[in-house]
Amino acid sequence: MADVLFRFTDHSLAVAQQDVLRDINLTIARGERVALLGESGVGKSTLLAALRAQLPDVVAWCPQETGLVPNLSVLHNVYMGRLHAHPWWKNLWRLWRPGAQITDEIAELLHPLGLLEFMHRPVESLSGGQQQRCNIARALYQRRPIFMGDEPVSALDEHQSESLLAQICEQHETVILALHDVGLARRHCTRLIGLRAGRIALDSVPEAAMPPDLGDLYTSDLAKL
Amino acid sequence: MQRSTALFLLLALFCLPFADLSLSSLDPWHELGRMGQGFALPQWPGWSLWLNASLTTLAFALQGVVLGAVLGFVLALAYGSAYCRLFCAFLRSIHELFWALLLIQMLGVSPLAGVLALAIPYAGTFAKIYGELYEEVNPAARRAVGGPTLSNFFYTVLPQAWSAMKGYTSYRFECGLRSAAVLGFVGLPTLGVHLEAALRQGFYAEAAAWFYSLLLLIVSFRLWLRSRLLIVWCVAAVLWLPPVAQLDWTLLWQFIAVDLLPLPLRDAEVSWAIWLGPLLTDQALPGLVNTLILASLALCLTGIFALLAFPMVSPLISALPVRTVGHGLLVLFRSAPEYFLTFIGLLLFGPSLLPALLALTLHNGAIVAFVVGQASSNLKLRLDAVGGMNRYVFEVMPRSFRHFFAFTLYRLEIIMRETAVLGMLGIPTLGFFIDSAFSEFRFDRALVLLLVTAALNMGVDAAARALRLRLHLRGLAEQL
Repeated sequence: MADVLFRFTDHSLAVAQQDVLRDINLTIARGERVALLGESGVGKSTLLAALRAQLPDVVAWCPQETGLVPNLSVLHNVYMGRLHAHPWWKNLWRLWRPGAQITDEIAELLHPLGLLEFMHRPVESLSGGQQQRCNIARALYQRRPIFMGDEPVSALDEHQSESLLAQICEQHETVILALHDVGLARRHCTRLIGLRAGRIALDSVPEAAMPPDLGDLYTSDLAKL
Repeated sequence: MQRSTALFLLLALFCLPFADLSLSSLDPWHELGRMGQGFALPQWPGWSLWLNASLTTLAFALQGVVLGAVLGFVLALAYGSAYCRLFCAFLRSIHELFWALLLIQMLGVSPLAGVLALAIPYAGTFAKIYGELYEEVNPAARRAVGGPTLSNFFYTVLPQAWSAMKGYTSYRFECGLRSAAVLGFVGLPTLGVHLEAALRQGFYAEAAAWFYSLLLLIVSFRLWLRSRLLIVWCVAAVLWLPPVAQLDWTLLWQFIAVDLLPLPLRDAEVSWAIWLGPLLTDQALPGLVNTLILASLALCLTGIFALLAFPMVSPLISALPVRTVGHGLLVLFRSAPEYFLTFIGLLLFGPSLLPALLALTLHNGAIVAFVVGQASSNLKLRLDAVGGMNRYVFEVMPRSFRHFFAFTLYRLEIIMRETAVLGMLGIPTLGFFIDSAFSEFRFDRALVLLLVTAALNMGVDAAARALRLRLHLRGLAEQL
């Protein structure tokens, strides 16, 4: 099937020599909008990183730890998303003088995110939520077909979260998000994958995912006793 | 920080036209070829001579550094007092070679003169670093315990600062080895005395052997100089080189009470204007200007060299083979004292500021590059971080810049001291005039010029400290 982008067959994923996810079977096709759900520490980030590693060059990447360069401006941090598209000497020059074309492009992108006025400020002077938006801006600027975000809107308010996720879904053919907000996942995604105790415990369209199943994802074994 | 960087660069550009960077040697390539040949095929001296010089170098370094550390430790106890800080700044503002010139006049070419020449300025440096480490210790324990001040200090402050103090003292021993070798250039019987003689006569193969010996000592000492064995080593050092001098009290008194006194006080015929005027306008001023020009150029080149060289040893950028070669090169330049590199440069390029500039850049740049490269290995990059040149320019360099700036600024104080002293090799910085005054037995003039040098270094020291505080860079560079 040509439209399969990612495939895991009986695959295990480990962090520090310890299996986090065991015997995963999973395919994700072009055009899907997938939400990874589950408690923190269940392996969402690990799975996401493993998925990215399969197609690193076409994934717009929006990690939870933003990893922005603190003393560079918002503009430069966003520009960094497309460094690979330009020769290094041009990038070196643009570190000093970004030029009108790049500045306009990025300003247009930053405006709806409410970051326009901070464009020339170093990222370290921004609040957590602003840094998160900058992180999204960088991923959007990459203009790649697949978007992968690890809790991309966790530090934003409800209204911003909704509109940003809508924008992300509109601009990318395929979207894979790790989310803790089930409501957001239901409204924006076409497929929910729930992880629990090292396995895929749920995999369905949002309409078929019933609240009891979803609730189970967030109940640890300890609480059941 | 960007603004300060730009200012430093502008200052250097402004200095450039005033610096004599001419190449007066007719054929540096020929000499360089001979030198390369010599360094490729070193000719080792006889065992007894080699062992003697190496052990003497070690003994000077050990005694000087340990005595300096003990004195510095005592001074650091009073580091809260501004007078003590000023006194320490004065001690370290005069380079160990200048102290050696002074002490040799008083104590002759003796072990004691050499040991004190190292110990005095080192005490000033140790006091500063120890004192600042004490200030950075978490004060909660001190407040909680109370009690007599000194007991309190030993139980609360010292234990917390101890490991950093040990690390710094160990680094300082490396400097001590270099300084001890350089003391050979003014006649004390260390490796440097043979190195200088061999270089002066163009016996590069022999010179190479002496240089490699110094390199060997510097690279290996961390392996055998264990803190548990320190006492044993110190006793051995004192036995090998008893720090004594043949004191001639009348000569000593003559030197301190007569020779060092300004001539107008001794001779009513000489007026202050005649004595001081030319001294200031013809020697102190040009010396000062040349020292400042050379130091600001050297600072910027050091920074540029370090920025270009540190990716070589950064695991984020370079693969293992490149890193290994890079480490080798940096250790080579780091181990070679500026004084020695300048000496070689003068042989190659002839007299101008150029050899000194290159020497200061290579030595200090290698040290900064090494430290920044090491620190950059702790950076965590994103999974999708770019590679190659882009990674260096956008990810690693900006994140390392703060460290880089702090280290380079810290080197400024050292570059300043070294720049002045390099004059003793014939380039017209302050050291040149000081050395001339000493060799003409005009010690009163030498003293004035030494005080001018000290004032310059103390001023730069204070300015660099103020800038560090302003840019919140404190504590970053103390490990250098």
